[in-house]
Amino acid sequence: MDPKEKMKIPRQKMPEQKPEVRRGNFQEVPFGYPEETAMLEAKRCLQCKKPGCMKGCPVEVKIPDFIRLIAEGDHWGAIKKIKETNSLPAVCGRVCPQESQCESMCIVGKKAEPVAVGRLERFVADLERKSGKVSKPQIAPPTGKRVAVVGSGPSGLTVAGDLSRMGHKVVIFEALHKAGGVLVYGIPEFRLPKEIVQAEINFLQDIGIEVECNTVIGKADTLDELLNNGFDAVFVGTGAGAPIFMNIPGENLIGVYSANEYLTRSNLMKAYLFPEYDTPILTSKVVVVVGGGNVAMDSARTALRLGANEVHLVYRRSKEEMPARTEEAHHAEEEGVIFDLLTNPLRYIGDDKGKLVAVECQKMELGEPDQSGRRRPVPIKGSEFQLAIDTAIVAIGNGPNPLVPSTTPDLKLNRKGNIEADLRNCKTSKRGVFAGGDIVRGAATVILAMGDGKVSARSIDAYLKDPAWWDLPTPEPEPQPEKAPKATKKPE
Amino acid sequence: MHKIVRTDTLAPSMFLMEVEAPKIAEKRKAGQFIILRIDEKGERVPFTVADSDTKRGTITLIYQVVGKTTAQMSSLRAGDSLLDICGPLGQPTHIEKFGTVCCIGGGTGIAIAYPIAKSLGQAGNKVLSILGARTKELLFYENEVRAISNELLICTDDGSYGQKGLVTDMLKQLIDRGEQLKLVVAIGPVPMMKFVARMTKEYNIHTIVSLNPIMIDGSGMCGCCRVSVGGATKFVCVDGPEFDAHQVDFELLTKRLASYREKEAQAYDMYKHACKIGRG
Ligand SMILES: Cc1cc2nc3c(=O)[nH]c(=O)nc-3n(C[C@H](O)[C@H](O)[C@H](O)COP(=O)(O)OP(=O)(O)OC[C@H]3O[C@@H](n4cnc5c(N)ncnc54)[C@H](O)[C@@H]3O)c2cc1C
Ligand SMILES: Cc1cc2nc3c(=O)[nH]c(=O)nc-3n(C[C@H](O)[C@H](O)[C@H](O)COP(=O)(O)OP(=O)(O)OC[C@H]3O[C@@H](n4cnc5c(N)ncnc54)[C@H](O)[C@@H]3O)c2cc1C
Ligand code: SF4
Ligand code: SF4
Ligand code: FES
Repeated sequence: MDPKEKMKIPRQKMPEQKPEVRRGNFQEVPFGYPEETAMLEAKRCLQCKKPGCMKGCPVEVKIPDFIRLIAEGDHWGAIKKIKETNSLPAVCGRVCPQESQCESMCIVGKKAEPVAVGRLERFVADLERKSGKVSKPQIAPPTGKRVAVVGSGPSGLTVAGDLSRMGHKVVIFEALHKAGGVLVYGIPEFRLPKEIVQAEINFLQDIGIEVECNTVIGKADTLDELLNNGFDAVFVGTGAGAPIFMNIPGENLIGVYSANEYLTRSNLMKAYLFPEYDTPILTSKVVVVVGGGNVAMDSARTALRLGANEVHLVYRRSKEEMPARTEEAHHAEEEGVIFDLLTNPLRYIGDDKGKLVAVECQKMELGEPDQSGRRRPVPIKGSEFQLAIDTAIVAIGNGPNPLVPSTTPDLKLNRKGNIEADLRNCKTSKRGVFAGGDIVRGAATVILAMGDGKVSARSIDAYLKDPAWWDLPTPEPEPQPEKAPKATKKPE
Repeated sequence: MHKIVRTDTLAPSMFLMEVEAPKIAEKRKAGQFIILRIDEKGERVPFTVADSDTKRGTITLIYQVVGKTTAQMSSLRAGDSLLDICGPLGQPTHIEKFGTVCCIGGGTGIAIAYPIAKSLGQAGNKVLSILGARTKELLFYENEVRAISNELLICTDDGSYGQKGLVTDMLKQLIDRGEQLKLVVAIGPVPMMKFVARMTKEYNIHTIVSLNPIMIDGSGMCGCCRVSVGGATKFVCVDGPEFDAHQVDFELLTKRLASYREKEAQAYDMYKHACKIGRG
């Protein structure tokens, strides 16, 4: 097929549950590509000599190569190719912000819609998992070295997998009773089925990694105790898990949740199956979600599925500035989430039992751009109004969890309380301690956390082979994976 | 999995459970707690570590049956297991030699006050303990508390045991007879803690209470355990559970504890119903 013909094939749609149906269940929204569709989509790739797409991927998946293999019908070859650089393709294919990463840099995207890299990645990853024939990687002979990984989010899982392949013994310590980090407690089932994450954890355990859940490092053992008690190095991937509130009146009323609490009750504790499962969650009629990111979208869509009649998303800027993935905002709107844009909550109002009954908001308008380049929202005087609600979910961001930093005095932090680490090698200020993912970057993405995991594994391996590595100057600066700018939106 | 090695009934609806958790037994300090899950469908519920035995590798929990999870716990026997125990959690009690201290335990609070009183005693303080209950049969741990206290005062609301009265009356007696109390530790039902706080504020005695809000993760991630202390929002699981009693907003705590009252009642009723059917 010549490029012209290729360009004529439209981007293939992924079949999904109808909005009216899916807002009543927790099953995954898209069904994934059938094989023919995947092969047709794969044919759209121009097999560029200088593929832009790879520059947009923080872990440099060999995109043209794996897509060519799909087009040729060699799906197993494709999955092997992806796994050379990305150990969690079923996850990334679903949750990566492709429209601002790989797909935003696709050459086809300049004239038409970009090649659906994420959907193709998901297609082969699902095929592999469903076949049950996950190939075991080659594992180097044991080195006798032991590494502790604190936190089992995407950064921790990646560093553990890579180090284990290099022959090091890895123990993952996780605070919660299930491993997976945000992938299990935050991102809902309808966007990332938990079975996928569990399959990854099982795989890591199969290759010899120990996972110790229910262990809060800083409370059980400190980093120093780990280093003094048989671990040669430690990786800290504890994420950005401390909820931020706005500090406005009424935030402690019954019915005001942090997004973390709301999502944890629903996802991790399966409150949507109450009373079969013991953990309750409020049954709501009218819900307000504050924020405009993925976390806000997930909360709003969860509230709908838990039976709310009306869900408002209150965001203080306009739709253009919304940090959520385009696809997720689109899904939320289709399901009936009402977007109250350029609106900001001022206070929550409760009854005499301390229950939330209303929120007072204010309208905003966009002023001059701020440091982030986004136009700053400015309140409009006299625009205050009240909305009767029974549930509010605050999804304005998360800060670093303080438990490890506060018990490790010699670990340098930045102004915001994130651990300082050189992202070229993930070295921290404390010898033998490496860090990556959201605890270093602040709330970022799954794939950036995994990228840090990869870098850390390489560094830790070098350090374990020769402790003098620690004191070597860092070689020439590698380009740092920055947060890619948000791409302009293209309707599907 | 954590094997239960011993269970005991301390009073009607008040139970003890000794369970294997060697690492926690070794690490835990007075004032700290754990979060457990009985089984895969279970809720995550917090309990204070009332005692530990490093040789046996066990911790002791003392709990009152108030709902589904605690009722289910009371149906377990030695040899059964709990699925998860996470801990130790929370800040340990600040222990030093203060001089004369008074530890007050009311109801379930006795279990929480006991390890604190024990540690304060070991640090060389003169420990005056007060235990209070509604009625005689609800009182437990009398001997244990007596063994670690310089003096023990007991009161019941109905006068069926010890003196008739409230723990605040006992505290007043100590103050009136001239005890120079450097610290009061008051742990029990929220109203009790509130009244003790009100009294000690008058006398300007530093007072600590241990708060028991609803929790999930216990690691500062969800914010469900938030309380207001001195006008600022705190997370009890990481900033507490102990706070300066004179700064705590007890009204807010009481209200937030009622967040899920209807759902909890529903779960408890279903459980009781299922048990009846199970017994035939
Ligand atoms: C609701 C939600 C939706 C999101 N959607 C997307 C999306 O669509 N796409 C995307 O790319 N990104 C998304 N993100 C962001 C992404 O999930 C994070 O950037 C990523 O998970 C960070 O990975 P991590 O390895 O740094 O840590 P996390 O995933 O945060 O995991 C950290 C783990 O460490 C554990 N831990 C913390 N402290 C301790 C301790 N002291 N001891 C032991 N364990 C500890 C925690 O319990 C947790 O399990 C979303 C985030 C949220 C909350
Ligand atoms: C730090 C801390 C230490 C505690 N120590 C003890 C102890 O040593 N002994 C003891 O008997 N109790 C203790 N509690 C209280 C105990 O956790 C609750 O009684 C228990 O969760 C009730 O669960 P249930 O399912 O039986 O009752 P439910 O029917 O679920 O609830 C009954 C009441 O218990 C409270 N509660 C419910 N769920 C939770 C939860 N997840 N976390 C906290 N409270 C909840 C609410 O006020 C509720 O109205 C402690 C609580 C905290 C926060
Ligand atoms: S890992 Fe993410 S960014 Fe990279 S190719 Fe896959 S979907 Fe795109
Ligand atoms: S840039 Fe687009 S067309 Fe080119 S190789 Fe990558 S996916 Fe294919
Ligand atoms: S219990 Fe979740 S933050 Fe305290």
